[in-house]
Amino acid sequence: MVGMKLGVLFSGGKDSTLALHLAAEKEEVACLITIVSKNKESFMFHTPNIDVTELQAQALELPIVSVATEGKKEEELYDLEKAIIKAKNEHGIDGVVTGAVESVYQASRVQQICNRLSIWCFNPLWKHNQKALLETLLEKNFQVIVSGVFAYPLNEKWLGKQLDAGMIAHLTDLSKTYGLSVTGEGGEIETTVLDSPDFKHKIEVTNSEIMWNFDSGVFLIKKARLVPK
Amino acid sequence: MILIVDLNWQRASLAYNEFVASIASVLAPMDKCVVKHFLEVTPSELGAYRCVVLSGNALKDTEAIKSVNSFGWIKETDKPILGICAGMQIISLVFEVPLTPCLQIGMTEIKTVKENLLFQDSFAAYALHNYSVEPSETFDVLAESARCIQAIRHKHKKIYGVLFHPEVRNQEILKRFVNDISA
Repeated sequence: MVGMKLGVLFSGGKDSTLALHLAAEKEEVACLITIVSKNKESFMFHTPNIDVTELQAQALELPIVSVATEGKKEEELYDLEKAIIKAKNEHGIDGVVTGAVESVYQASRVQQICNRLSIWCFNPLWKHNQKALLETLLEKNFQVIVSGVFAYPLNEKWLGKQLDAGMIAHLTDLSKTYGLSVTGEGGEIETTVLDSPDFKHKIEVTNSEIMWNFDSGVFLIKKARLVPK
Repeated sequence: MILIVDLNWQRASLAYNEFVASIASVLAPMDKCVVKHFLEVTPSELGAYRCVVLSGNALKDTEAIKSVNSFGWIKETDKPILGICAGMQIISLVFEVPLTPCLQIGMTEIKTVKENLLFQDSFAAYALHNYSVEPSETFDVLAESARCIQAIRHKHKKIYGVLFHPEVRNQEILKRFVNDISA
């Protein structure tokens, strides 16, 4: 078990990018595995700006295995299994890394797939304190923007904003008042990572649009490019 | 102090947060927690601790089971011990009770079958295991799922095993082990 090769289930958000970072500290990350869901309310897969994962893979200088899914509740798990099989065949991975923090649904579905394929499954953020997780991102100089908000009282003013100490304090207050998950684990907030310690280049957003619909919205990245760090 | 024994294949592995830090985060507010990898535990140091918790590990990880001879101290000590998942399997093997195949992944209904201080009635718990343990003369069975034995207690010592993961759901079981059994 010395020097495992791992594939990271990668949505481009803060959790999977931090999971990748922790995995790269201990083992070899061989590829990213991304599921592009056509269902905006996918049970398993984060959706805003999922297309940016291709650019993030370039920034990380890692190959990406990308598989599309219609995003129906259990069918998307077959597509995830297909993607992991593809990553195993193309990159010889010994295991998969997820950014699951609290979701037993998400974690156990990936565990079942890995068990069927006889490969390892790692959840390095599992049960991690939510506020500490956000603080770790700042300490490690991750550049994270809010790319979707889906719960009251979050509004369009949050979209496109960069995670900083003030935002963590604000989210902590809202979690006490409204019961929001600080990290957005319940799907209240989606994020996109523009830089991390593992990025060889940064991502610069050159064209974007805020799309708001009654009580939720997304910060849609229309154009972005790699720039030197 | 509480000793948490890391049953992952190596010290400070990528599975540490998932199976060890998750236990420490529940117990740290109750008492100082010291983590040691299973190959680093020495019987002479156990006197310093009020109790011992053996962690679980990944489904693919068989190193602790292969190294069951490293756990002889479980039989010798009088300290309360709680084994979680792989920890329960190790406790069973140390007392020469064999394992039996039983794959369960995800939320599982657990039924209490013998009164005890850790839990009661039926409850849902997170399961992640390939093996359970055989019934034996050495252990009382405290709980079962529809498929296999889920919790055991040594008949004469304060040694408990739970196959499900109380650090994921049912954290009060860990707290009761420290407060009520390891007081």
